[in-house]
Amino acid sequence: MREVIKSGKTLEEAIEEGLQELGLDKSEVEIEVLEEASKGLFGLLGAKAAKVKLRENIVPQKKAINILKEVFNCMGMDVNIEKEEYEDYTKINLSGPDLGILIGRRGDTLDALQYYINLAANKNMEKRVRFVVDVEGYRQRREETLYNLALRLADKAKRKGRDVILEPMSPYERRIIHTALQNNKEVFTYSEGDEPYRKIIIAPKK
Amino acid sequence: MKELVELLAKSLVDNPDQVSVNVVDSDKSLVLELRVAPDDMGKVIGKQGRIAKAMRAIVKAAATRQGKKVVVEIV
Repeated sequence: MREVIKSGKTLEEAIEEGLQELGLDKSEVEIEVLEEASKGLFGLLGAKAAKVKLRENIVPQKKAINILKEVFNCMGMDVNIEKEEYEDYTKINLSGPDLGILIGRRGDTLDALQYYINLAANKNMEKRVRFVVDVEGYRQRREETLYNLALRLADKAKRKGRDVILEPMSPYERRIIHTALQNNKEVFTYSEGDEPYRKIIIAPKK
Repeated sequence: MKELVELLAKSLVDNPDQVSVNVVDSDKSLVLELRVAPDDMGKVIGKQGRIAKAMRAIVKAAATRQGKKVVVEIV
């Protein structure tokens, strides 16, 4: 954890100097006042400089980005990392050339990366943060694909009058299918099997 | 590749200084043997091997760029 001790004529000056040295924003540090400034007698005798200690506040978001940077560096990949804060999670958007390998088959690699970063970044943290990792809008596109797949297969189940079994999916992907069809009057959905092979069945309503 | 496995493991364990990776290289494949402190075994394996599986998936992605088969073993 990085920290600096700075003094200045005023408290503000000392803080400002410390922030500059760390290259951080005021919201990213914890400030401890070691000594208040005092003007002394007539501004001459016993004037004391203000002294502060700034400690970098490590939050899971920062740790996540640092780890990802190192990982991509190790992989020899040029990846741009951006974060977006939402109410109950932080989204990390990856972009750059040739990121298909980070997605993997049906998003397998992306899910692995997301699972890993949720563990690594939250380790030893007081406050935990949920991370969603995405590559250039892949999750949004996948969601649309699944939604359309759900409608198509619901139609098939209805037409043929029998159950349609989908391939195994992650809980997140199953939820998209269930949600897409929850108000459907012709079919209902349920899941069967054990993780990670749990799969959805779309069945016609009798 | 060795560095990647080390990095992945070090961020998960309580004793990062006891993480080591031994590389066994053959023509077609690269075996990376990951060693961690006994207390940290669970942290790199996870429930039903979920963490190990995630790390393997990441390493596999990195390996496809090098055109070599990479196997991560926890020993």
